[in-house]
Amino acid sequence: MALVLNEEQVMLRDSAAGFLAEKATVAQLRELRDSGSERGFDESVWREMAEMGWAGIAIPEAFGGLGYGYTGLGLVLEQAGRNLSVSPLQSSVLVAATVIAELGGDGQKEQLLPAIAAGEKLVTLALQEGPHHAPAQVATTAEAAGDDWVLSGCKVLVLDAHVADSFIVIARSGGRAGEESGLSAFLVDAGTPGVSLERRSLVDARNAGVLSLESVRVPAASLLGPAGDAWSGLNRALDIANIGLASELLGLSAEAFERTVGYLKERKQFGRVIGSFQGLQHRAAELFAELELARSIVLQALQAIDDGQEDLSLMASAAKAKLCEVAQRATNEGIQMHGGIGMTDEHEIGFFIKRARVAQHTFGDYNYHLDRFAQLSGF
Amino acid sequence: MSDLDPFRQETRAWLEENCPESMRTPVRSFLEMYSGGRNPEIDHPDQKVWCDRMAERGWTVPQWPKEYGGGGLDRDEVKVLREEMARINARSPLDSFGISMLGPALLKFGNEEQKLEHLPKICRGEIRWCQGYSEPNAGSDLASLATRAEDKGDHYLINGQKVWTSYADKADWIFCLVRTDNSGSKHEGISFVLFDMDQPGVTVRPIRLISGSSPFCETFFDNARAEKKDLVGAEGNGWTIAKYLLTHEREMISGFGAAPKKSVGQLAMESMGADASGRLANSILRQNIAQYQLDTFAFAATMARVGDEAKAGQGLGAASSIFKYYGTELNKRRNELNLAALGEPALGWEGDAYRGGAVSRDWLRSKGNSIEGGTSEVQLNIIAKRVLGLPDE
Repeated sequence: MALVLNEEQVMLRDSAAGFLAEKATVAQLRELRDSGSERGFDESVWREMAEMGWAGIAIPEAFGGLGYGYTGLGLVLEQAGRNLSVSPLQSSVLVAATVIAELGGDGQKEQLLPAIAAGEKLVTLALQEGPHHAPAQVATTAEAAGDDWVLSGCKVLVLDAHVADSFIVIARSGGRAGEESGLSAFLVDAGTPGVSLERRSLVDARNAGVLSLESVRVPAASLLGPAGDAWSGLNRALDIANIGLASELLGLSAEAFERTVGYLKERKQFGRVIGSFQGLQHRAAELFAELELARSIVLQALQAIDDGQEDLSLMASAAKAKLCEVAQRATNEGIQMHGGIGMTDEHEIGFFIKRARVAQHTFGDYNYHLDRFAQLSGF
Repeated sequence: MSDLDPFRQETRAWLEENCPESMRTPVRSFLEMYSGGRNPEIDHPDQKVWCDRMAERGWTVPQWPKEYGGGGLDRDEVKVLREEMARINARSPLDSFGISMLGPALLKFGNEEQKLEHLPKICRGEIRWCQGYSEPNAGSDLASLATRAEDKGDHYLINGQKVWTSYADKADWIFCLVRTDNSGSKHEGISFVLFDMDQPGVTVRPIRLISGSSPFCETFFDNARAEKKDLVGAEGNGWTIAKYLLTHEREMISGFGAAPKKSVGQLAMESMGADASGRLANSILRQNIAQYQLDTFAFAATMARVGDEAKAGQGLGAASSIFKYYGTELNKRRNELNLAALGEPALGWEGDAYRGGAVSRDWLRSKGNSIEGGTSEVQLNIIAKRVLGLPDE
């Protein structure tokens, strides 16, 4: 597939850019943070996003979505990254809906996907347990008890945890920590006895929390896919999630860079604009080059999802590793080149570096994905 | 496609008939390439036979118009010809600066007489060309070149020195930037002239590089003569042509950034082995290689994206401005990592055990990639000013 956007995709990108720049801005994120918002996102904006079909962009039409594919979702996430827009687009649409589409049976898809696509139901993935993303290390237990399963364990960095209606809990029904086999995925409603939630405050001021499961009993029907065999579906869903996060990081990095270049053209010291200094010009030009590479690798990875390419894991780890690197550089340079004003909470550039680090960490950071990229490349 | 089928059939048959068996083997080094000229370097007698046969059909430069010695083929036909040549592993019959550099400039800026005079000789491989651009005091700042051209009525007298003139010791003619006027800004007063190298006023001295022998030369002009009719474009308009050709050259050099067949990671695994987890034994080297391969992967995607955007009619985007800079920096990184990954064998300089020092010489030669054709620093200046719109000091 040619590495260019088609007309439909250009329209989608432009409408997302227009809507988010008006309704879901950095200023709104600041307001949500400072007001101590109960829900942590603006529900009326989310309703509008759902009405435009964004919650179902990548969900097949048969299950109530638009069937535009992940390239379409990636374009919206890129714009969300530009504006640091707060919504359940990542937790429920990018991640949970994809896990359900990969692992769920037709009945489960019919029950869950149209509700997610309509923005009516908020589902999120509960995977990470330790300080680092290490999916094969999952130790949360799933024990068969008659027709039911009993889940026990503790999950961290659960996106939108305190507002989610249901969780997809990855638990171990066999094998031991470190093994890819033996993992299972369960759908657990928020109100189920034994489930407790703690909202956590992260540096990016976005919704995340800890999910504790104490002998939570769920029926056999809550199992997504075959018991003990969730790995390959989970792996693909995580690849897609990381490509989506790479799209968000692309928008975030490009916006931070453009704001920084704008500042270089404005700020005067020593009687001239600082953007005339070659020391800063070369750093900006190098960053521009990196952003062009970032744009290509993200588009290539998004298309690889929609084309069903077999080397998706390589594409995903390449895209996530590259975007972690570029986002880190763009936001660090953003602060440095803004100078003192960049250190103040009043200025918006600081919101970009904060969101960048959380998005970088989520589902594996630079180190995780560069190591995986090397392994998949045979060394 | 189907209306091209007769052309493909005809081409296939002609190539089968006319391409000598010896020319159906891959070119192993630049020494086996054929560049023509009055005294051609012949590695195999069939090189000239093959070149002459192709030239007769205009197929040494199939995309140029027939009246100038080309094949007059359209884009699709050229593609078919290339495919059919690749099918039988046919070598390129003729590779020269005349084809890659001067020809495009003459087609764009030359007058009819000049095109008719020079292009057919390029197509037939009769005249070999070299490029006279850089001078000892005009490298990155090429526009400050000082080689003088004095107006003598029907001709110019050329005095000065050029450097990095590739293959000047093999070339018959030179396309050369000279100063015809000193009164205006340095970009004005530069002219683009062509002249014969076989004259008493021209002296050539080959340059030895840190990597060993090279095609580069120093070229000295002492009252060399250039005919007025061989001035390309108007007098004082040479900078426009120079810029056009520099862009062209940068695109060729940026191709160096493409990934080689065997990855550095694989080379390192063969040389060093893996640890118990299957990863390359040295984790520091592994990280350096991984970073390089990731960037190569993303660079290849960017080349593909820019190509696709151009095909979709979106023109050459801003991304193309990074190619020369990024491609050459990547090539330097690859060569450094080759040295680290291969160890002692990569340090060889001479002898069969070291394949004549191929690895170390490539490594040393790569250092020039970010200097020739516009340094990396100049490329970054261009991106900062023209793409990002940052102001001059």
